[in-house]
Amino acid sequence: MKTGFKTFYLYLFLFLMAAMIIIPLYVSVMGGFKHTGELRTNSLGLPINWKFENYTSLLGNSDFWLFLWNSTVYAVGTTFFVVLFASMTAFIFAHVKFAANKFLYNYFLLGLMFPFATAILPLFLRVRDFGLLGTSWAVILPQIAFGLGFSIILFRGFFRQMPREIFDAAFCDGCSYTQFYFRFTLPLSTPILATVSVITLTGSWNNYLLPLIMINDESLYSWPMGIMVFRGEYFTDWGKILAYVSLTLVPAVIFFFALQKYIVAGLTGGAVKE
Amino acid sequence: MRSPKSEALLSRYSTIIIFLIPALTIFTLFVVLPIGEAAYYSFYRWNGYGDPEKYVGFKNYAYLFKNRVFILSLKNNFYIIAISLFIQLPFALLIALMISDKIKGATFFRTIFFLPYILAEIVTGLIWAYIYDGNYGLVAAVWGFFGAEAPFIIADKDWALVAVLIVIFWKFFGIHMMIYIAGLQAISKEVLEAAKVDGAGSFITAIRIKIPMLIPTIKLSVFLSLLGSLQLFDIIMPLTGGGPSNVTHSMVTYLYYFGVMRMKIGFGSAVGVIIFLICLFIAIGYQRTLMREDNENRF
Repeated sequence: MKTGFKTFYLYLFLFLMAAMIIIPLYVSVMGGFKHTGELRTNSLGLPINWKFENYTSLLGNSDFWLFLWNSTVYAVGTTFFVVLFASMTAFIFAHVKFAANKFLYNYFLLGLMFPFATAILPLFLRVRDFGLLGTSWAVILPQIAFGLGFSIILFRGFFRQMPREIFDAAFCDGCSYTQFYFRFTLPLSTPILATVSVITLTGSWNNYLLPLIMINDESLYSWPMGIMVFRGEYFTDWGKILAYVSLTLVPAVIFFFALQKYIVAGLTGGAVKE
Repeated sequence: MRSPKSEALLSRYSTIIIFLIPALTIFTLFVVLPIGEAAYYSFYRWNGYGDPEKYVGFKNYAYLFKNRVFILSLKNNFYIIAISLFIQLPFALLIALMISDKIKGATFFRTIFFLPYILAEIVTGLIWAYIYDGNYGLVAAVWGFFGAEAPFIIADKDWALVAVLIVIFWKFFGIHMMIYIAGLQAISKEVLEAAKVDGAGSFITAIRIKIPMLIPTIKLSVFLSLLGSLQLFDIIMPLTGGGPSNVTHSMVTYLYYFGVMRMKIGFGSAVGVIIFLICLFIAIGYQRTLMREDNENRF
């Protein structure tokens, strides 16, 4: 009897919380289908007259696709290099003994507490002086740099747990470090490769501050910049804005459900071993 | 003739160099040096063209600490930290304790609560800007239901910050819940079984066993939360953009509007350096508590 009550309140609480999360998302997606008048009078219910124009006009808008494409370039470029460089570095830290090993590892760890905001102005000047403004590298290079630290920790942790025997056996067969890295380490590390990729990919995809600083040329805008410009144009025309929001929200949610395992592993990975 | 051994040694060093150089170069050029340069530029008045020549000493800093908007942004960051530490984290812990036991629907709730974290901050901000809109949003609907004229919360100087804090809570409690759940799952089953055999209820188990064993995890989430709070930017931009009348700036939005937008490199860098120093202070504190713990465990 008593436990029955407890369970009831537990679930009541959990469902109320879940409603707090779901309702804002639901009204946003539905809002994109509503006429302005209906948004005023019927913000919670399903649309009475479904309006598809907000969505279709966006899907036919070449800028919308251009911004998504730019963000894809930034995200894929960043991820490729972060995974490659961080795994190479972590491989050395995990498997090769040399004097400065620990020191260099700590050097990268130090970077974790450097706030990105502190670096933005000097970073902008550096990118400008390298002549990279107006190219995708203006976004990709700083993102690689700030993505390395955490990725190196994740890779190093994983590599160190790989069975020592493989390593010894390979060495007896005359395998060099480079061969070992490509033939054994990488193929045996798919879970951690996936985790680092997914985290870097999402981080870059959602990044707003860095592209905002680095990019002036509208043809290189990322989608978060695009959506903010769009907001500026259609200030209270919420139907249009919510359609834009929903079109970026739905793929993110699908992506999350598909790769939940890796995202969670990456974000909580460091927490448990501490 | 080189001996095979020195050959191996050579190959080892060349591998180390080749493998480390890309990451080291990029990291040094785009992370470490810019932080040092920010410290250097912060003593100059400079628009970024030519060389920094106009040395002003600590004037940029002195100006900041007399500037009402900056002081307010500093305060706002501390409000954000306070809400995160004293409301968000305990709440995340409570939920984690509720759903880490194998109750029905645990996975469902875990996924739902984590959902806001994966949304882009810009998107989160826009969704809530709509919710808060006094003409169209949910707030308007709720007020309308009671027959009242809805307020424009994020345009109201007294309420805008509260509105921003609510969104921060909504967006970030899920990640801390996830971290706690991961920590709870790492607690050995035997300990929990033993407690059960001794007749400890779920409340006692939580207070006496789970939370104490979770302390390192909690420390980590406090640390992450502090650093995250100090760097908040994206989520404020679509909500208030620092307004109305500059009351909802964080230090980073302040840096953006008053340093970057006006190309005041020295002044903006001074703001950055202050953010850095606060982060450094926190990181040192975190290291210390961790190390003390290690020592206690050892002896």
